[in-house]
Amino acid sequence: MIRVLLVAAFSLLLLAPALSPSDFYVNVATQILIAAIFALSLNLLVGYGGLISLGHAVYLGVSAYLTIWLVTRAGLSHLPAAVAAVVLTTAMSLLFGILALRATGLGFLMITLALGQILWGLAYRWVSVTGGDNGLSGFQRPQPFGIDLASPRTFYLMTVAVFACAFVLIAVLVRSTFGAGLRGVRDQPRRMQALGWHVWMVRLVAFVAAGFWGAVAGVLYAYYNQFVSPHVLALTNSAEALLMVIAGGAGTLLGPVVGAVVVVMLKNVVSAYVTRWVMLLGLVFVAIVAFMPEGLVPGIDRLRRRRRPAGTT
Amino acid sequence: MSAEALRLEGLSKSFGGVPAVRGVSLAIADGERRLLLGPNGAGKTTLFNLVTGDLPPDTGSIRLFGREISRMAAHRRVHLGLARTYQVITLFPRDTLAHNLELALLGLSPLRWNPVALLSRRPELRERALAVLDRLGLRAAADRRLSDTSYGEQRRVEIAMALSQEPRVLLLDEPFAGLSQEERRDIQQQLAAIPRRVTVVMIEHDLDVALSFAERITVLHQGEIIVEGSRAEVVADARVQEVYLGT
Amino acid sequence: MRFWVIQSLNGLALGGLLFLLSSGFSLIFGLMRVANLSHGAYFMLGAYVGLSVLNAGYGFWTAVVAGALTIAILGGVIERVLLRRLAGRTFSQVLVTLGIAFIIADSSLLVWSGDPMPLPVPRGLMGAVPVFGVFFPKYRLAVVGISIVTAVALWALLERTRLGAMIRAGVDDMEMARALGIPVPRLFTAVFCLGAALAGMGGVLGGPILSVYPGLDMDMLPLALIVLILGGPGSLPGAFAGSFFIGFLYTFGQALFPQLAYVILFLPMVAALVLRPKGLFGARAA
Repeated sequence: MIRVLLVAAFSLLLLAPALSPSDFYVNVATQILIAAIFALSLNLLVGYGGLISLGHAVYLGVSAYLTIWLVTRAGLSHLPAAVAAVVLTTAMSLLFGILALRATGLGFLMITLALGQILWGLAYRWVSVTGGDNGLSGFQRPQPFGIDLASPRTFYLMTVAVFACAFVLIAVLVRSTFGAGLRGVRDQPRRMQALGWHVWMVRLVAFVAAGFWGAVAGVLYAYYNQFVSPHVLALTNSAEALLMVIAGGAGTLLGPVVGAVVVVMLKNVVSAYVTRWVMLLGLVFVAIVAFMPEGLVPGIDRLRRRRRPAGTT
Repeated sequence: MSAEALRLEGLSKSFGGVPAVRGVSLAIADGERRLLLGPNGAGKTTLFNLVTGDLPPDTGSIRLFGREISRMAAHRRVHLGLARTYQVITLFPRDTLAHNLELALLGLSPLRWNPVALLSRRPELRERALAVLDRLGLRAAADRRLSDTSYGEQRRVEIAMALSQEPRVLLLDEPFAGLSQEERRDIQQQLAAIPRRVTVVMIEHDLDVALSFAERITVLHQGEIIVEGSRAEVVADARVQEVYLGT
Repeated sequence: MRFWVIQSLNGLALGGLLFLLSSGFSLIFGLMRVANLSHGAYFMLGAYVGLSVLNAGYGFWTAVVAGALTIAILGGVIERVLLRRLAGRTFSQVLVTLGIAFIIADSSLLVWSGDPMPLPVPRGLMGAVPVFGVFFPKYRLAVVGISIVTAVALWALLERTRLGAMIRAGVDDMEMARALGIPVPRLFTAVFCLGAALAGMGGVLGGPILSVYPGLDMDMLPLALIVLILGGPGSLPGAFAGSFFIGFLYTFGQALFPQLAYVILFLPMVAALVLRPKGLFGARAA
């Protein structure tokens, strides 16, 4: 019963922005949901896999570039372009996963960072394909079945639908038998191996799943902004996603969503007053990591548990 | 004559030029209870790590029921019926006892690759985990977090996890380490209940409990086997007196 | 022929700068297990400090010393105040250095604005000298010379002094080093300051060649990462060989395939990752 109420409340919360008279709020809500899908995907690695990646912007970025490039430069229509973007990006995540998982821990972090920076540099310099600093533009939202996605509200509702799919499927994955293994591999890889689990393969599957959902977020990003530039591949973008995961609470389902709300709101509010978002991002990073390493959601969870007598669930 | 469960031939491993295991050859019969003795640094745990695949050997071969496994990935050896415990308890402290056992059961099940099969909707898995805990007398604690149980209980869970996989060969690394008298008795009972079809190799310093369990003893010293034989033979051996019982 | 000679010399000059950047990065990683993601920002900030010192009317070498000292002090403060509080929490340390990198980058943008600014070549090193039949800027040769002298000095420090012996002991086995009574906290501060100073110095020395601009930090950081991946953590010879290798590769890549130079950098890294049987960092980084 409580669960049904929670789901209902959550759904209302998701649909409420569509009723807002101001496009601004609808757009902020759209940004939040795209960021939330992106953060949820990264959380598969960071929170459930114990693999801290600093190159996750690659999947969102490459998928966004592909979506726009395939339509504007290769002349594909929208649906095949979006599908191809997700498929190709996921394939790339398989390749990058094989490389990055040559190491764990700090080594993994540094390889993902290096791979991310290389693609960022490539986006800047491979001008003939990526448009360099100017990026790729001239991309417009389609009107499938007469639904006008150019309207912020319609687009928001589509984003809600994709977000709901992503959230449910990721929730199922982390609670599945495979998800149990992923957490086991995070906590005790050696023991998992001694229990017959293929530790490396479990991590690789999680890596590719994270790449897939990152790519889905990238397609939405492309349609939302109708433009893509190397900025999307920058380290700051990977770091923002990591901040969402850590601030909200790594290894929890709602954590990355809460983190996305906080970071996107902060970014929108701050950029309305000052231009120093990157500095603030750095300061928040230092503050969160040094003083609140657990994140928001586990903290709230603990409070809730303390209020209830032990034994009830 | 019974078949051989495990045969090692000329197995060697060194770390940075320092040999830890030197040319070890030994054969363990199917269903045997074997004790590995030796002072600290004799290479016993390294030998286990070579057999399980935690470490690759420098030279030598390992046969599990006649099958060469020395180059096989560690997790695949588990699927051939090899299980182990660790000297330092290596479990999942934040998870419940039942969950710990479910991870062991999943390790050999194709379900482990299923990303849509909710763990909570697998009552058969939980039932099997509870059955294992029942045998340990820990069923009531099934939903307690492992970190909230006593050290002795964790030791029993550690062994039960390996046994729940119904291995053909079980490697026990100091199962009695750090336990009280009473807890030792619990473990002794647990070990005595292991079916005869399971081959058990144990490293243990506590001679009282270990000798009552093992049929044959292999004594290692500085990475080499110095004596192998029955309890009486080993205890009477002059070299053992010198290197092991003497120290 | 001319092309190859000039580009080889350019590769040497870039390799020298990379060595100043990555030797410290590698030593810090090898000893402290801290992947200092501010290292590129130190390089850039060093260059900006050098620029300000030059603009204030001081000489080039004063600017080099000032850049190195400022960054060394900054590094020391960061190590003492932030990294030490997080001792043992590897990921927190890395993420804090990332946050600091953002703060430095944005502060620099605020102070020095967004335009690329070249540092002037010191007067005594203007002009070119004939090398293998081509005229090559004196200053770039000087950078190569300075980096080789620095490498020798670092080597002597590590191999011939007590401090160096302690650093080597720490890189090999931290527990053993502690057990031997080596003052590990002071050693950490010393190495962190040293690494920061080298980065700051590299930034000023690189100024006349690379200029200084927002984003220089993020251009340099991946190069240091790749050098570390190729050379191995905490290895001075590895950092030396890796720096010159990447210096050559990047220079030739940019000259021959300007749009794809970055991808070419990626190839040796992939090769190193695939070919080393146990991965790069072995069990130590896990």
